[in-house]
Amino acid sequence: MQDALQFTPQIAPSSIANVLWLVPAVPMVAAGIIALLKQPRRRLASSLAIGSLGFSLLVALTAFAHVLAGWMSGHAVRETVNRTWVQVGSTNVELGWVLDPLSAVMLVMVTFVGLLIFIYSTGYMAHDENFTRFFCFLSLFAGAMLGVVIANSLLLLFMCWELVGLTSYLLIGFWYQKPSAAAAAKKAFLTTRIGDIFFLLGIVWLFAQTNTLLFYNNGAGSMEPLALGGLLAAPAALGLSAATAIALLIFAGAAGKSGQLPLHVWLPDAMEGPTPVSALIHAATMVAAGVYLIARVYPLMEAGRSATMIGTSSTTALTVVTWVGASTAVFAALIAVAQNDIKRILAYSTLSQLGYMMAGLGLGGVAVGMFHLITHAFFKALLFMGAGSVIHGCHEEQDIRKMGGLRKEMPVTFLTYAAGMLALAGFVPFAGFWSKDAILDAAVWWHPSKGPFYLLVFGALLTAFYMTRQVSYVFFGKWRGHGHAHESARVMTTPLTILAFFTATLGFLGTPAWPWFRNFLGDHPAPFELAGFSEPGILALMLTSTGVAVVGLLLGWWLYGNKSPKADERDVLEKAMPPIWRALRDRLYVDEFYGATVIAFYAWWAKVADWLDRRVWGGIVSFVTSFFGLWATFNRFLDTYWVDGTFDKGCEELSVGGGLVARVQSGRVQTYLRLLAVGVVVLAVILIWSSAR
Amino acid sequence: MTPLAGYLLVAALVFAIGLAGALTRRNAILVLIGIELMLNAANLNLIAFWRYGPHPEALTGMMFAVFSIAVAAAEAAVGLGLVISIYRHARTTDLDEMNRMKG
Repeated sequence: MQDALQFTPQIAPSSIANVLWLVPAVPMVAAGIIALLKQPRRRLASSLAIGSLGFSLLVALTAFAHVLAGWMSGHAVRETVNRTWVQVGSTNVELGWVLDPLSAVMLVMVTFVGLLIFIYSTGYMAHDENFTRFFCFLSLFAGAMLGVVIANSLLLLFMCWELVGLTSYLLIGFWYQKPSAAAAAKKAFLTTRIGDIFFLLGIVWLFAQTNTLLFYNNGAGSMEPLALGGLLAAPAALGLSAATAIALLIFAGAAGKSGQLPLHVWLPDAMEGPTPVSALIHAATMVAAGVYLIARVYPLMEAGRSATMIGTSSTTALTVVTWVGASTAVFAALIAVAQNDIKRILAYSTLSQLGYMMAGLGLGGVAVGMFHLITHAFFKALLFMGAGSVIHGCHEEQDIRKMGGLRKEMPVTFLTYAAGMLALAGFVPFAGFWSKDAILDAAVWWHPSKGPFYLLVFGALLTAFYMTRQVSYVFFGKWRGHGHAHESARVMTTPLTILAFFTATLGFLGTPAWPWFRNFLGDHPAPFELAGFSEPGILALMLTSTGVAVVGLLLGWWLYGNKSPKADERDVLEKAMPPIWRALRDRLYVDEFYGATVIAFYAWWAKVADWLDRRVWGGIVSFVTSFFGLWATFNRFLDTYWVDGTFDKGCEELSVGGGLVARVQSGRVQTYLRLLAVGVVVLAVILIWSSAR
Repeated sequence: MTPLAGYLLVAALVFAIGLAGALTRRNAILVLIGIELMLNAANLNLIAFWRYGPHPEALTGMMFAVFSIAVAAAEAAVGLGLVISIYRHARTTDLDEMNRMKG
């Protein structure tokens, strides 16, 4: 293994790092402007969204080039720009962004895939009346997602994370007239919120321990050795260090967003949203945010592991990540076998692949998990957009049993979909093969247990099988749907072609001979040496995984190829083993389990709260109310008959008296004079009277 | 009855006549005449008290009366002027009609 490159001491961030905030800001501003547009301004809305994301892509590419140039000249780039957001006493809450290989790679992926999906959306959503709203949400999502990517502060990341969750909610429920879509949006929002609560707890705990939420801050950040040492020393409950506890809490947040067991239930339902949304948010980017988060806080996850032991020992946090990831990979792949909705199959496949990424992070480090994330983003976006094209071509039909033979009607979609399917199934030389192989390679050498390796290999077999089943149903056999299927417009097929190209080629960035991606992220130089293939076990492993994929494919083809069963006919596997099939079709009853436990508990609790509210608190409130009512009646009585009565009487007297006095001032001068005379006479009489005595 | 008492009685009579005139007449000019009568009654008193007082040689009562007559003349002039201007304005000298001086 080569030595790590030296981090250049950061004196001042480069100019590209200084303007990196533009990447998320521009799409967000575009979203704001689009929100103000009127509904019929469709062209303007989509041009704004696409233009802003195109700009972000340019900035992201420039940033990537900057990082790449630094890496080529032999030093690792990690530039941060931090700003104080809130200052309370001596406590600073700082926000900032970071430019390093990890964020640069992710930025390019999100903006590029996002741009293609935006363009595709203009075709897919062309006849939707809420076109402008759609692009407003998409832009907001892109901005928030890019914010997650560049964040150098756990707090900023969390803010964007929640924004991403919000846009996910808005877009799943985009067709809110459909009750199922509205319910799915709610479910997604609430389920991810469960993870987010743990995530937030982790953030607060981390802040309490290290007094900073910045990842990197020239030695003072929370992901740097100084803070990590303190975290390792601080004890938490159950013999865990604070570092492990916080890492597990953050992983809970990531599991919610990335649909890991047991919080995976929202993702399949999220397919109620428009297909470009499924491609962008629920396949390529947002669900990958959890994986990205783990990669971002990786120093925390692996805290306490000595540098020479990578791959052979594990920390508690990483072991949990690995097992959860590997179980999700198999669990979701099993369910995917028995689904009939084209998008649901892909959704479970996404869950399964997210499990692979998590397992890759736990087993082999940042580069392994992230490589699968990047390749998966491309081929899964491709598959979803292909599925969208199929759905469009089949007049909004999503049941794969009512399709068939589409390879003739939709040749471009078929070819690109096949590329995506082969990549997902892990065939040489498609991207998915190389990234999945890297994970399996790491799993073989994982010392604590061989379990994850067997799980992941079984998952790979299932993946090849269910994808073959899907492709056979959709593209082979006879047409079983209604009407006539047709190929989609160019604006939809062109992005498919571009993605297919990358799906086929992207894997070469991370072959054993030229592990460029791993070394770029891991800050090593990347020489090209064929000797990489001769490392012990590599070729055998590659043969094994290829063999597994081929077995899966043949099995699928044998059972489903060219059969074109009737829509109401039972599945071949269902005939063979009905109970297992039914369990898988009903998604292993996880939703039902939650319905019977968590939701039932909350319903009961709500009932108790309702009873308390009505009877106990309501009783007290109504007692107090009636008491004050009585008191008020008494006061009113007092007021009417006593206070008002007295006052009215006084007023009456005053006005009568006033009337008398007013009559005297008649304006007749002689009256005045008369009164004067009378007065004088009276005075005179008194005078005479008193002097006479 | 001393001579002074006779003067005073006459003056009191004249004053009473003047007051009655001022109080009862409706015509403004007659009211003015009543006021003049009252003033002159006062003047008569001034002269009488001076003439039968301790210093009849000092001419003080005479001075007082002359001043009072001058002021009365001025007052009569002003009063008549007012009456004329009111007449011009309201076409009447009836005091009962002139009741616009209430607040």
